[in-house]
Amino acid sequence: MSQHGVNTSRRTFLIGATTGVAVVGVGAAAVPFVQSWQPSARAENAGAPVKVDVSQLSPGERVTANWRGRPVWVLRRTDAMLNSLDQVRDQLRDPESDEDQQPEYARNQYRAIKSEYLVVIGICTHLGCSPSYVPDGSSNLDYSGFFCPCHNSKFDIAGRVYQGVPAPTNLVVPPHSYLSDDVVIIGSEEGETTA
Amino acid sequence: MRKLMILLLTLLPVSLPAAGGGAGGEHMKEAPVNLQDQVSLQKGAQLFVNNCMGCHSMDYLRYSRMAEDLDIPEELVQKHLNFGEGKVGSSMTNAVNKDEAEDWFGVAPPDLTLVTRRRSPDWVYSYLTGFYKDDSQAYGYNNHVFKNAAMPHVMADMEQELNEEQFNSAMGDITNFLTYAGEPHRQESERLGVYVLVFLFILLIPAWFLYKEYWKDVD
Amino acid sequence: MTRLIDWVDARLPVVEAFRKHMSQYYAPRNFNFWYIFGVLAIVVLVNQLLTGVWLTMFYSPTDAFESVQYIMRDVQFGWLIRYMHAVGASAFFLVVYLHMFRGLLYGSYKPPRELVWIFGMLIYVALMAEGFLGYVLPWGNMSYWGAQVIISLVGAVPYELIPFISAAESKEIGEALVTWVRGDYLLSEATVNKFFALHVVAIPIVLLALVVLHILALHEVGSNNPDGVDIKKNKDENGIPKDGIPFHPYYTVKDTVGVVIFLMLFAVVVFFFPDGGGYLIEKPNFGPADPLATPDHIAPVWYYGPYYAMLRATTFDIFMSAKAWGVIIMGGAILILFLLPWLDRNPVKSIRYKGWLSKVALMLLAADFLMLGWLGTQPGSELRKFMAQLGTFYYFGFFLVVLPFAHRFEKSKPVPERVTGGH
Repeated sequence: MSQHGVNTSRRTFLIGATTGVAVVGVGAAAVPFVQSWQPSARAENAGAPVKVDVSQLSPGERVTANWRGRPVWVLRRTDAMLNSLDQVRDQLRDPESDEDQQPEYARNQYRAIKSEYLVVIGICTHLGCSPSYVPDGSSNLDYSGFFCPCHNSKFDIAGRVYQGVPAPTNLVVPPHSYLSDDVVIIGSEEGETTA
Repeated sequence: MRKLMILLLTLLPVSLPAAGGGAGGEHMKEAPVNLQDQVSLQKGAQLFVNNCMGCHSMDYLRYSRMAEDLDIPEELVQKHLNFGEGKVGSSMTNAVNKDEAEDWFGVAPPDLTLVTRRRSPDWVYSYLTGFYKDDSQAYGYNNHVFKNAAMPHVMADMEQELNEEQFNSAMGDITNFLTYAGEPHRQESERLGVYVLVFLFILLIPAWFLYKEYWKDVD
Repeated sequence: MTRLIDWVDARLPVVEAFRKHMSQYYAPRNFNFWYIFGVLAIVVLVNQLLTGVWLTMFYSPTDAFESVQYIMRDVQFGWLIRYMHAVGASAFFLVVYLHMFRGLLYGSYKPPRELVWIFGMLIYVALMAEGFLGYVLPWGNMSYWGAQVIISLVGAVPYELIPFISAAESKEIGEALVTWVRGDYLLSEATVNKFFALHVVAIPIVLLALVVLHILALHEVGSNNPDGVDIKKNKDENGIPKDGIPFHPYYTVKDTVGVVIFLMLFAVVVFFFPDGGGYLIEKPNFGPADPLATPDHIAPVWYYGPYYAMLRATTFDIFMSAKAWGVIIMGGAILILFLLPWLDRNPVKSIRYKGWLSKVALMLLAADFLMLGWLGTQPGSELRKFMAQLGTFYYFGFFLVVLPFAHRFEKSKPVPERVTGGH
């Protein structure tokens, strides 16, 4: 053992170089482990976009599609329903859909690509219950809309939340698009997103 | 010490035969496997879906994965390969009832996702090209590498229509596709492996000099 | 930083521990190639723990084969994590076998390192259990039939050696135990579930504890070296062995080089030859477990090969059935290694200074072990059976005759006072 004439700066440099490269290596080696926590191909398939044929719906009829484990309502609105949207305006918290609860192409009065068809995730923005569909108004709702039985939150027929209820925001409109006039695909924007 | 190591190394068997290799003997042919040949893989996929998938499933491969790896647009896959109404991300299963199939053939047609790994690509290729006429068999054919196989020679018509070279090439494509399906990540693995080795070599350089630097004290 | 270390050190003696085990642990200066495998074993252990924990996140013992395919194909990078684990298992045994052979070469098990060796042997046995349990989990056809054979061994143990137990009762006990291990009347999900718990929780805890004990015991008595010289006999005025150098930084930097080279070899196998031509992942395991179809040739993974060869080579019926003797011989082959520190009566530690008889005998043992390993993975034949019998005979002969007595018939070279050579 002799420590005479030790080149300290060379040692420091080599330690730094080795450690530096090794740290990069550890980082790279972590990638597969981190990445494996992402949804697997099976989960991707289970969460794949869902198609709904809207031509089968009669006015006022609603179907529920299961997209990524969430109920997505596809509702064909009647003219009366569409007219009601203007009448309830003043009672709403966010009538212009300013908050990001919908894709850009659904940021309009109808919260839809085609005014006739509403596509919305049927989960209350308060605490996650599923509101019930009220086609013609009831003791709780003057006009058609959605009423959440858990904590009495109220939404209009475009999924916009009323003032004075626990739910803070409008119902969420999922990404969707039209593959043809009749077929809407939920969870994908590969089709048309303009009416 | 060095002598000892050299001695030890020479004692290792020079070439270890693969463990549990398949039978077949003189009828084994080398399969024309080339995982980079996308055209062959695409042809093989089509031939497989049209000729084999009626009976044999490919449960562990998804259409979407195949579309991506084989560079086939998903629409084409959905139109020409995925006949069921299934999603593009679904597995390449078929509608065969395994119990019924067992009644028909004596054994249920096995799933073929891993056949090239359970047997070998060479075995599959030799099997596909190894049918010969034998009237003692239920379907009039026997096979060189798999005696008295329950499977009928479903590609007999094809074998008659095509010349030998074309037929072998088609069977080669199927084998190539099955080899891909047995290990879809093979090419990604080898690509990654090269990067990893290059990186480790780069790491070795400063590590080596660091070692030499410190050991100046000792020597 | 310094203040943080001081703060912690006042509450937990980290600095002292670092000194004791790293910067003031004086290791002989003349370690050679054979001394890398201990560190490599730790590297592989870490690899197995990490990849193992991750596989546990995706594996399902109730849907074993399917879930392995799920890992291989659907989970992002699942194939890489699984290959690292499967190849890592073989790497573990390779490294451990070389580590053990190093012990044989230089007499590392001899006093005062008997406990180091015993703990090491316990690690080896735990590892064999761990490897077997893990091999069953993918629930391929070789998993099934391998497990079938190994679990049957529990039933083949000759319990009649216990006083007051007759041969008929022994058979009954054996059968009852086999059923108990399986948890069913055939190998089933119940067995896989049980093995899963043992593989991912129970044995790893034991293994980790043993590794800690192995290292603590080693650091208490100090490392041996290729000359078999006790470096503590020659200390300088500060009480530091003249032939010792601090483990850190000298061996940390040296081992880093070894680890990187090892990782390169490991990467070559993982990325390019993960099933090792059927030796690391056997072909029948690409088909699901099938109780109705025995593979043409049931072979254990290579690392159990030697013992399996001995089991198959045992074909004599004396007092007890050949089956019972097979279990005794196989078990004996492992147990005898525990006794190594007491079987070796040679006053010389290192092979360097032993006579030619010891040298040749040890080389033959290495060759014998390799041959048995190869025979264990091959289908049986009369010639191979004879070779395995010969190999088994030599294996026991080495430990029972050569180690205790060879030095009486050979001339040893004088052992130097100080270690020789550099590194």
